[in-house]
Amino acid sequence: MITLKVNGKQVNADVDPLTPLLWVLRETLGLTGTKYGCGMALCGACTVHLDGEAIRSCVKRVSDAAGKEITTIEGLSTDLSHPLQKAWMEIDVPQCGYCQSGQLMSAAVLLAENSNPTDNDIDEGMSGNVCRCGTYPRIRKAIHRAAELKRTAK
Amino acid sequence: MNVNAEMKRRSFLKAGAAAGGGLLISIYVPEWTTSGGSQAAAAAPATFAPNAFVRIGTDDSVTVIVNKSEMGQGVYTSLPMLLAEELEADWSKIRVESAPVDQAYAHPIFGIQITGGSTSTASEWVRFRKAGATARVMLIAAAAEMWKVPAGSLHAENGQVIDAASGRRASFGSLADAAAKLEAPKDVLLKDPKAFKLIGKPTRRLDTPSKLNGSAQFGLDVSIPGMMTAVVARAPVFGGHVSSFKADKTKAVPGVKDVVQVPSGVAVIANGFWPAKQGRDKLEISWDDGPNASLSTLAMREQFTKLAQAPGLVARKVGDAAKALAGAAKTIAAEYEVPYLAHATMEPLNCVVDLRENSCEIWTGTQLQTIDRMAAAAVAGLKPEQVQIHTTLLGGGFGRRANPASDFIVEAVHVAKAAKVPVKVVWTREDDTRGGYYRPMWYDRMVAGVDAAGNPVAWTHTIVGQSIMEGTPFAAFIKDGIDVSSVEGAADLLYGIPNLQVDLHTPKLGVPVLWWRSVGHSHNGFAVEAFFDEVAQAGGKDPYELRRTLLKDQPRMRAVLELVAEKANWGKPLPKGIGRGIATHFSFDSYVAQVAEVSVEKDGAVRVHRMVCAVDCGRVVNPDTVKAQMEGGIVFGLTAALKDEITFENGRVKQSNFHNYPMLRINESPQIEVHIVPSTENPTGVGEPGVPPVAPAVANAIFAATGKRVRKLPIRLG
Repeated sequence: MITLKVNGKQVNADVDPLTPLLWVLRETLGLTGTKYGCGMALCGACTVHLDGEAIRSCVKRVSDAAGKEITTIEGLSTDLSHPLQKAWMEIDVPQCGYCQSGQLMSAAVLLAENSNPTDNDIDEGMSGNVCRCGTYPRIRKAIHRAAELKRTAK
Repeated sequence: MNVNAEMKRRSFLKAGAAAGGGLLISIYVPEWTTSGGSQAAAAAPATFAPNAFVRIGTDDSVTVIVNKSEMGQGVYTSLPMLLAEELEADWSKIRVESAPVDQAYAHPIFGIQITGGSTSTASEWVRFRKAGATARVMLIAAAAEMWKVPAGSLHAENGQVIDAASGRRASFGSLADAAAKLEAPKDVLLKDPKAFKLIGKPTRRLDTPSKLNGSAQFGLDVSIPGMMTAVVARAPVFGGHVSSFKADKTKAVPGVKDVVQVPSGVAVIANGFWPAKQGRDKLEISWDDGPNASLSTLAMREQFTKLAQAPGLVARKVGDAAKALAGAAKTIAAEYEVPYLAHATMEPLNCVVDLRENSCEIWTGTQLQTIDRMAAAAVAGLKPEQVQIHTTLLGGGFGRRANPASDFIVEAVHVAKAAKVPVKVVWTREDDTRGGYYRPMWYDRMVAGVDAAGNPVAWTHTIVGQSIMEGTPFAAFIKDGIDVSSVEGAADLLYGIPNLQVDLHTPKLGVPVLWWRSVGHSHNGFAVEAFFDEVAQAGGKDPYELRRTLLKDQPRMRAVLELVAEKANWGKPLPKGIGRGIATHFSFDSYVAQVAEVSVEKDGAVRVHRMVCAVDCGRVVNPDTVKAQMEGGIVFGLTAALKDEITFENGRVKQSNFHNYPMLRINESPQIEVHIVPSTENPTGVGEPGVPPVAPAVANAIFAATGKRVRKLPIRLG
């Protein structure tokens, strides 16, 4: 039995400790917002926060996540109120939407560390997340917009 | 395929009937049928369901039942916009439901339920508006009866029926019960487009919020009671099969419940993906590789090159190209090639099946419901009407989920049948990359002649590649040995060249092939538009000016070309090292032109700085969606131009995951500008037409920057 803290709640999972965190989140805890894309940390669809850091849950053993704060897309906000979610809606970023949970979780860390990122900062911070639909121009625009929303909210 | 253009041709209409037996160009709005209606209607308290596409609840909710699969192209917003426009609905009350499989939802041209060919808006343009108008007329009739006034004195607006004379108002929900008792009108008048309130206005997508908080449900997210997860070991060579296998080590993996053999391989059934995958890795399988064991890209390329040296079956002939070439002041020849490509949807293939004695329920993201249902029924030993498919959101489609062979669905039903439990079959990324059904490899030989003034007088194009439609229910679209999807974008060349010949060789190979975003246009666009620049150069012409001259009888394409040139500052100087390239392409009845600004680094790396795009796709429903599709099409086209190829050695696919089949990333994504040419023509395709001009625009820009011609994709310089 492994005890995890996911989106502020303590949960127990009876799984093989070597299981990647991704599958425990999706199948054991039913948090299917975190996606499987490659299983090799190549596409970023499975990005979650571990103690505030963006990690690829498809290659993170669940045992290594025990005792740490895990945040998934379901925990980014409870009511779509995160500046990134607002900006994503305003600019209508998603197409198929499959990669967007991972995009948002990566962007959230980028924005937490850099309140006014340049295009280059965004390209660097977001290059680990693949979008096959090609929403990159809108992701760039939406991150700038979210930064603006965050600044004006203060 | 270019459905709307083809639809005018008698042969195509017959083919449409053969493909699905459906009513052609049926603009009638079907009423509920037993299977379709009962299932969708059960999902919510429905009181007024005047047809198969809309349901109005007493709570004022308006549920639009969409018969097209949402794979990112925005169809869960654009089709409801059509219906809501005529219904005069309150847009904030619109909900969307995916249609069950039913003939009521068949594509008016194909006669089957399908999302493809960039036809969703074009094919539903009239039907969805009529569905909304019918409901509106009935709601107004119900109010007229209630208030004892003539229906003609009432109108509908923002979810209400209004009696302007008295100021009385009744919400749609309050009229739902009464309207449900009325008979639907036989025909209804549609609005004058000048009165459109929603159509043509940038409208935020209805599905966006659910894609930002994890609540959107894709096929891979489906879970049903008692469900097990299956991972399948498939033959490493297409057409191979299991000789024998041992599963002792697999069965020892905790969580593994069963191991079953199915026609495609060996399935490991477990209580989750991870144990199923671990179990699969421990299988010991002896494969019979079958007839494709020696398949190799090198050998196929040799075969294609040889074939291209002589003309194939003639797909289009204008004038006498051979004679004109013989008399030309100058002739040029070049050979172009593109590789097999995987669709690489972000959501790997998957399918949930609950097979019972008398029923089979399927949850999956598919673009081809009718054919999938028939295929599933055949495997399950049931009648098609005993099989129901719940279409989830698709984590990308691009054609991969419209497979006439229904591969991922057929296999999942086999697994469920053998395992005797509800199962979710999950493909790993490697399975998905190596699973076949690729965009075919193509080889094109082009020869052209120009006169003494540099004007093209002859153009020949010999195409070599596999047929996508052969052996499928779409084979009726093959005419005199020509698969129209092999020559589209070449045989229908818009440029006014007096002597033209396009011909085709269709080699048979063991690689499963399929439509891939823009299908035949994906290679013909490259060959035609890149070679066009070579012809312009041979005649000493500016590539833009020559295009403009030869498009004098194509006003829509010419307008698109002029717009893109203006927006991209064609002819104006650029910073040193950057080259500009232009390309046009007509596909899916839409006109697109693009300009690329590109530089090449010392190590040969290609950097695309800016892409400018102009499009004429007829009347626009949601301008923001058109822009998004062009942006996405450009990124998709750049990935193909710069990155990928599927290659074979000893019958095996060499690529497996995103490290050796990479996608364009945000740091490589150019600045993209999209300009829409206003039009009052009927809507045409937008999902695919953004792709074909990308590679040639980039190739032509590379020539402008470096003087090097690019004739092979993916582009490898240095």
